[in-house]
Amino acid sequence: MTFLLSPEQDAIQRAARVFVRDQLPVAHLRALRDAGDALGLSRERWRAAAELGWAGIAIADAHGGAGLGVVELGLILEECGRTLAPTPLLSTSLLGAGALAAAASPEAATILEAIARGERLVALAHEEQPRFAPYRVATTARRADGGVWRLDGAKVAVLDGVAADHLVVVARVTGGPGDRAGLALFLVDAGAPGLTVERRSRVDSRGCAAVTLADVRVPATRCLVGAAPGDGAPTGADVLDRLIARATAALCAEMLGGMQEAFDRTIAYLEERKQFGVPIGSFQALKHRAAHLFCELELTRSVVRAALVAVDAGAADAAILVAAAKAKASATYVDVTAEAIQLHGGIGATDDLDIGLFYKRARACELTFGDAAYHRDRFGQLQGY
Amino acid sequence: MSPPAPDDVDAPEALAAFRAEVRAWLEENCPPSLRTPATSAEEVWGGRRATFPSDDARRWLERCAARGYTAPTWPRGYGGAGLSAAQARVLEQEQRALGCRRPLVSFGVWMLGPVLLEFGSDAQKAEHLPPIARGEIRWCQGYSEPGAGSDLASLQTRAVRDGDDFVVDGAKVWTSFADKSDMMFCLVRTNPDAPKHAGISFLLIDMAAPGVSVRPITLISGSSPFCETRFDGVRVPARNLVGTLDGGWTIAKRLLEHERSVISLMRDAAPEDTETLAAMARRCLGVTADGRIADPILRDEVIAADVDFLCNRLTLQRSREAAQAGRGPGAESSMFKLYGTELSKRRKDLRVRLAGYQGLGWDGDGYTAAELQVTRDWLRSRASSIEGGTSEIQLNIIAKRVLGLPD
Ligand SMILES: Cc1cc2nc3c(=O)[nH]c(=O)nc-3n(C[C@H](O)[C@H](O)[C@H](O)COP(=O)(O)OP(=O)(O)OC[C@H]3O[C@@H](n4cnc5c(N)ncnc54)[C@H](O)[C@@H]3O)c2cc1C
Repeated sequence: MTFLLSPEQDAIQRAARVFVRDQLPVAHLRALRDAGDALGLSRERWRAAAELGWAGIAIADAHGGAGLGVVELGLILEECGRTLAPTPLLSTSLLGAGALAAAASPEAATILEAIARGERLVALAHEEQPRFAPYRVATTARRADGGVWRLDGAKVAVLDGVAADHLVVVARVTGGPGDRAGLALFLVDAGAPGLTVERRSRVDSRGCAAVTLADVRVPATRCLVGAAPGDGAPTGADVLDRLIARATAALCAEMLGGMQEAFDRTIAYLEERKQFGVPIGSFQALKHRAAHLFCELELTRSVVRAALVAVDAGAADAAILVAAAKAKASATYVDVTAEAIQLHGGIGATDDLDIGLFYKRARACELTFGDAAYHRDRFGQLQGY
Repeated sequence: MSPPAPDDVDAPEALAAFRAEVRAWLEENCPPSLRTPATSAEEVWGGRRATFPSDDARRWLERCAARGYTAPTWPRGYGGAGLSAAQARVLEQEQRALGCRRPLVSFGVWMLGPVLLEFGSDAQKAEHLPPIARGEIRWCQGYSEPGAGSDLASLQTRAVRDGDDFVVDGAKVWTSFADKSDMMFCLVRTNPDAPKHAGISFLLIDMAAPGVSVRPITLISGSSPFCETRFDGVRVPARNLVGTLDGGWTIAKRLLEHERSVISLMRDAAPEDTETLAAMARRCLGVTADGRIADPILRDEVIAADVDFLCNRLTLQRSREAAQAGRGPGAESSMFKLYGTELSKRRKDLRVRLAGYQGLGWDGDGYTAAELQVTRDWLRSRASSIEGGTSEIQLNIIAKRVLGLPD
C-alpha cells in the first residue's frame, strides 16, 4: 500500500492540523508580514512546535529526533501549507539537519540535538542564479594555512537565512560553475567575520535572505562534506542532490496543502455567494472550472504522495517521481489559486481576503527548487527523452 | 472452530501464494501466440456468432472460462472464480506481466453482470451469468436514442405489458455492436405519465426476436462499430424485466458507473500502444548530440503527456487502495472517465503530429500498418469523450456529487 496512511501517520497529521489551526493560522503570517518581521517566523512558536516533535521529526533518534521520513514530515508540511504557516521545517529540519547528519563531527551532533529541541535554526546557502540551477555555484572555497578554508561568493534565495543561527554554505573547491564535481558543504556561524546576511522581502512573506561571503574563514572540522572525500564516501554533490530531492518532495507536500485549502475555500464561496438570485456555484461555467481543478488536485495528490514514499524507500524511480511531482504541483498550485481569485470576483483581488496570499505562495513555491518546465526537462533527462 | 476471517485471502502471505499459483497456471495455459498485444481485429468478443483469430484464441477462452477467469470476481456458481478484489488485481498483474491477451472482451462481463449480481433475481442470474462468463452470449447496450443522449432519462422507446410479454416499440442509436450481439440490455419507458426518471424499466431483449432491425453507422475513423436499432412490436417475455417495473433508472445509473470504471481502467491496463510516446518521438524527430528528442517543443509536450499519464495511473492506484480499505469508488469514476479519455485524446493527437505526413495516411501504399493505425486511433479517440457519458456530463457529475455544488 502506497497511499493509505498508517494509524501513526494519521495521528501525526491530525495533531499538526490542530496545532496549526491554534498556533499558526494565516493571521499569524499576516501579523509577521504587517510588522515587517525580519525573521519571517516566530521562534517561540517554533519551540512549541518542537515539543510536538516537529523540529526533530527527520533527525535520527540518536540525536534526539524521531527518526521518521519525509512522508511524516510531508504530512506536517501539508497542514502548514493550509495556513501558510511560517516554520523552518524545510530550511532547518530537513536541509540544515540533513547536511549536518551527513557530517560525522561531534559539533554537528551537538547542533542536531539543539535543532531537535527547537533551539537552533540552520539555513542552506546554496543558490546563486536567478533561477534554480543546482550546480551553477561560483562561490569558492580555498585551502589556506592550517587547513583553514577561505570562502568567497554570493548566495541568493536563502530560506530563513535571517533567522538562522548557522548557515550550511555550498562552495566550489574545484572546477567551474555548472560542474557537478568539486562542491563541498561548510558550516558557518551567523555572526562570522566576512559574512553578510541581508533580508530579502518576498511577495509570499517567507523568510528569505541574500548572503555574501568575503574571505570567511572556516576551520577544517567545519567542512561537513568534502568535494572528494574518497573511499566511496558521498561527495558534496551527492549529499546536495539527496537533500534537494528530499526538500523538493517535502515542498510538494506543503504546496498540496495550500492548493487544497485555496480550493476548499473557493468551493465554499461558490455555495455562499449569490448573484442573479442564485448561488454562483449553480452556474455551469463555474462548476466545470471547479470540477477541472478538482481532477488536477487529485492527480497532484497522488503523485506527491508517491514521490514522498519513494524517497523514503530509496526506490529506484524516486528521482523520476520527484520530478513528476514538482512539475505537476507547480502547475496545479498556480492554476488553482489563480482560478480561486477569479472565482471570488472583486474580493478575491483584495488583500483583505487570504486567497491572494495563497496565490503569491504558489508562485514562490513554483520557482523554488525548479519550476514545472525545469522538472519536466529533468523527468525527460532521467529517462532518455 | 471459528470461520476464517473474510480478509484472510487478502493477507500478504496468502496473496503471495495465490500469485505463485496464478503465475504457474498462466505459464502453463496461456498459448505463447497470445502473449503479444492484440490488435482490435484480434479481440475475442464471444457470442453465438463468435469469431476467433486463431485456434489458440479459442482454447485460451475455454481454459479461462473453465477456471472462472473471464469474470474473476463473480461467484463460482455463476461462472466466476470467486476472487476477492485484491486477488483479481493479482491475476490482472500477472496477466500483464506475461503479456497475456484478454481472453474475452465483453459488455456482459463489464456492465450487465455486475448489475445482475446486485439487482437480478436468482433465476436471471442463473440464466444469464454463466453464458456471459463462457463467452457464449454477446450483449449490447440499448440506452441512447435519437432524442435522448446526455439527457438519457428522456428516452421514448415504449414497452407495454401484454399478457406474459412486454411489447416494445421505438428506436435506439449508437448501439455498439448491435449487429453482432445476441442480446441487448435496454432502457424502456413503461410509464409515460410518471416523471421521466420514474417511468423507466430495465429490460433484456433477444436481438433475434421478430421486429428487431439494425443498421450500421460509420465513424470518422472509418470503422462502423455501432448501429441504429429499431423495435417494431417486439415481444419480450416479462421475466426479462430486471428489478421492479418503473424502477430501472437506479439500475441504469449503476451500470453507467461500472461502464465508466471499465473505460478508465482499460486505459490503465492496456499497453496503450506497442511503441511508447518517447520512443516514437525519438524515431520520428531524431535526437540531438546530447541524446535529447530533437524538437524541444514537441519533446516538452511528450513529457507533459507522460507526466499526466503517470499521475493518472497513480490516482487509479490510490483509488483502488481506498476501495480495498472499504471506501467505495462512486462518483470518482466520473473523474477517471473524464481525465482518462481527455488524456488519451491528447496522446493520440500527439502521435499523429509526431508522425508528420505519415500520420495522414488513410489506406493503400506508402504507409505501414502501424502508421495507419496511429491515424485511425487518433480519429477513434475523439469519440471516447462522448461515449459512456460526455466529458461535460462527467464535469456536471463531479460538480454535483463530489463537490456538492448547487443545481
Ligand atoms: C463510439 C460510441 C459508442 C457508443 N456506444 C453506445 C452504446 O453501445 N449504447 C448506447 O446506448 N449509447 C452509445 N453511445 C452513445 C453515447 O452514450 C452518447 O453519444 C452520449 O451519451 C451523448 O449523447 P448525444 O450523442 O445525444 O449528444 P448530446 O447529448 O446531444 O450532446 C451534445 C453536446 O452537448 C453537451 N451537453 C449535453 N447536455 C449537457 C449538459 N447538461 N451540460 C453541458 N453540456 C451538455 C454534450 O456534452 C455534447 O458536447 C456511443 C457513442 C459513441 C460515440
